[in-house]
Amino acid sequence: MKNFLLSIILTSIVSLLLQLFLPWWIIAVVAFVVAYFIKQNSIMAFLSAFTAIFLLWTIYAYMLSSANDNILVAKVAELMKALTKGSTTTLYLITGMVGGLVAGFGALTGSLAGKLK
Amino acid sequence: MKYFKLLLSLAITIALIVALGSKIGQIPPFGKFLNPFTGFWQNAENVKAWKDEESSLDGLKEEVKVYFDDRLVPHVFAKNDEDLYYMQGYITAKFRLWQMEVQTHNAAGRVSEVAGEKALENDRLQRRIGMGYGAEKAEDFIKQDEPSRKLIAAYSNGVNAYIKNLKPKDYPLEYKLLDYSPEEWKPIKVALLLKNMANMLSVYEYDIENTNFIAKFGEENFGKLYPDFWPGDDPIIPIGTKYETPNTKSETNKTAEVRNLKSEMYANVLQKPDEINGSNNWAVSGTKTKSGKPILCNDPHLQLSLPSIWYEMHLVSPGMNVYGATLPGSPAVIIGFNDSISWGVTNAGRDVRDWYKLKFKDDSKNEYEYNGQWVNTEKRVEHYKVRGTAERIDTVLYTRFGPVVFDDSFGIAESKKYLAMRWTAHLPSNEFKTFYELNQGKNHDDYINALKTYTCPAQNFVFASRSGDIAIKEQGKFPIRNKATEQGKYLSDGTTSKDEWTDFIPAEANPHIENPERGFVSSANQHPTDSTYPYYYPGVGVYEQFRNRRINKLLADGKEIDVDFMKKMQNDNYNLFAQEALPIMLHCLDMSKVNSAFKPAIDKMLTWDYYDNPDSKAAVYFEEWWSTLRDWLWDEMSDPTYPMKRPNQMVTIKFLQTDSTSDFYDNKATRQKEKRNDIVTYSFQLAMQNIMEEYHHPDSIIDWGTHKATKVAHLAKQDAFSSLNVYNGGNNGIINATNGTHGPSWRMIVDEGAMKGYVVYPGGQSGNPGSKFYDNMVSSWARGEYFEANFVKQGDELGNKKLFTSTYKPK
Repeated sequence: MKNFLLSIILTSIVSLLLQLFLPWWIIAVVAFVVAYFIKQNSIMAFLSAFTAIFLLWTIYAYMLSSANDNILVAKVAELMKALTKGSTTTLYLITGMVGGLVAGFGALTGSLAGKLK
Repeated sequence: MKYFKLLLSLAITIALIVALGSKIGQIPPFGKFLNPFTGFWQNAENVKAWKDEESSLDGLKEEVKVYFDDRLVPHVFAKNDEDLYYMQGYITAKFRLWQMEVQTHNAAGRVSEVAGEKALENDRLQRRIGMGYGAEKAEDFIKQDEPSRKLIAAYSNGVNAYIKNLKPKDYPLEYKLLDYSPEEWKPIKVALLLKNMANMLSVYEYDIENTNFIAKFGEENFGKLYPDFWPGDDPIIPIGTKYETPNTKSETNKTAEVRNLKSEMYANVLQKPDEINGSNNWAVSGTKTKSGKPILCNDPHLQLSLPSIWYEMHLVSPGMNVYGATLPGSPAVIIGFNDSISWGVTNAGRDVRDWYKLKFKDDSKNEYEYNGQWVNTEKRVEHYKVRGTAERIDTVLYTRFGPVVFDDSFGIAESKKYLAMRWTAHLPSNEFKTFYELNQGKNHDDYINALKTYTCPAQNFVFASRSGDIAIKEQGKFPIRNKATEQGKYLSDGTTSKDEWTDFIPAEANPHIENPERGFVSSANQHPTDSTYPYYYPGVGVYEQFRNRRINKLLADGKEIDVDFMKKMQNDNYNLFAQEALPIMLHCLDMSKVNSAFKPAIDKMLTWDYYDNPDSKAAVYFEEWWSTLRDWLWDEMSDPTYPMKRPNQMVTIKFLQTDSTSDFYDNKATRQKEKRNDIVTYSFQLAMQNIMEEYHHPDSIIDWGTHKATKVAHLAKQDAFSSLNVYNGGNNGIINATNGTHGPSWRMIVDEGAMKGYVVYPGGQSGNPGSKFYDNMVSSWARGEYFEANFVKQGDELGNKKLFTSTYKPK
């Protein structure tokens, strides 16, 4: 449990910092490295990275959108109606899942690589 | 097994990153697009984030201050003109970059570089009509005028200074959606943008449509249905005005025999833009106003779009203090006012594009016949870097008659019907110079001087000055046409010089009037002159027949005119066409055949005041009935194979009034043979049925504003970024010329007495759908409200209207 929380904190903070100047997929690299060094079973590694980025992306998105009086989020939810049915909540969920999945698989790979030693 | 799992997991991770990082079909790259650090969330503009800022920029000569007011209108204060235009470029890019680029990509035939294969045919068309060719000629010509070259270069440098500092997270939303990046702005793009305007506004010719009509229905019918002039018309230059006889008389009256090409039909024509692309402008002199000083008004009608085609700006330098509507992508104010004069434009709509049928020596098309000799064609090879596929190549042939638009490689295959297009948009020209001079004009002489070289798209420039003058002039380059052969009305012969343009009407001879006795000048895309104007021009264009007469009546009747009078007038919904058409339509309606359920609709129309107001129900019945009637009556001209133009509304009314048995009444799709009253009655029944089906309760729930459902559409046609169902009145042929998709794209009233301007447009200053300034003026515009322009002499005068100040220093 300690490693699970530690992984979440490390993955989200390092991702937050690196994403300020590196492309979005750096989250997979961060999750890989964290999972490589912090030992957990692979499923937990996946879940911790998924949770870290899911939260990081949705919370940051929510902050940006609040400052915007939610003008844009409503329009983009409408734009992606096929997926969101016009719901902004769904758009936040999709945003979180996209980041979560990429980070999750990055962590899974890192965890599996760590077990080769 | 361990390795297998590892590799599988790695493969999935990489596959996810690649898949979510690429645009697949219409779907944006999800990872790039959705992540809040660089994706669309970054475009969610903080509604309160406006605060003073300071930065230094490469290429500025001196400090420039830009004050933004509470509608985000920039007031740019520079110490020299180069800095002023540099800053105009920079600020415009900051708020409208994507639009600037997509419009010029469109003009250059480069949209397929972004949108892929599906845009290729339109790109080919743009290049085959010589948009890029015309822009190159304009650019070369501009370079010969050092001040113009320098100022356009300064504007471009400003745009590039903004692009250079742009990080991917700051890209306008549309770049993220379509997954590409902005490119460097080049001076030729300023020319391309003006060609884009030319292609919207200077293309009203019906050479091939007219030729097709005559081939099928004969000269006599053509004369009856497509007259050059019609009784009761009210041209820009009042009837009876005397014109000077030109010295080039021999030119206008030459009677060379030309080959008759009117026995054959042609399948290829260029699609014409909406006929409502037009405008109103007028100015009244002090004799008619409360203040004793002129008032000038202008509202250009174009496709309503977001971001708006206009960007409002106030530009100040030591030699200039000008306010008005700018075109993103071009320096200077296009429609506006300064402390001495004001001006506005409507489209001239004159025919400045002619089609020539060519004869090639052989299939190589290396030589074409001209005056009995073989002349070489020039070949221009066009390269298309289509996104997601290999580069394409198209060779366009150029002749002395312009580019060969339709040949074996483009358009519907037709044996040996090679059509070249001569167009004034291909002439070397420098429209920027006209606007630059107008922006700093002081009086009527400056205005006339500024217009002198203006070429294309031809416009009616209305003018008023603080010193009390009003004027209007139609300006553009117009070929001198042969009246005897009605040169330019039909397809022309491209094998001889007989039909060729030889010279242009001198600028002094273009229709112009200053301080007329009636105390006002106006234009609304009608005929510029009556038939006594000494230079021939085809009248089969889109000359307006109703708005002009309504405007002139209101202005003639108006006394003690003030700004409120003008506001009401620009939003006037009186339907003069309905007033003239409805009586004959009702007269022809066979009541014995009308379904009794539709009778309340007739009652509504009988008591109608002819205003297409948003809450009018009669307007719905009339407009639907009329459009069905027009389709049924002129079905002969709707042959999809051989395009023709439908007769105009004025002609249609006359036709209904004077002829009750013509063969044209017969609808070819039905078995029986209809006469006038049949077609009027059937069209009524059908229109009412359609309304019934659409609304179920035709009498109780619909009104015109809801039915018309005006849409201000996003430039990439995304409904989510458009303003839908904008509730307002008006229609084609009405002063408030707002139909479902087109209308007044900018409304301006300038009171020369108080030196105040009142403006509004259906959009907002920011091009970002995530900004509260994206569409914030749409509802004011729909309600007919205006904003007073903050025409200040110094930034500090803005007071509490100031949102923030940006200070830019040279690096």
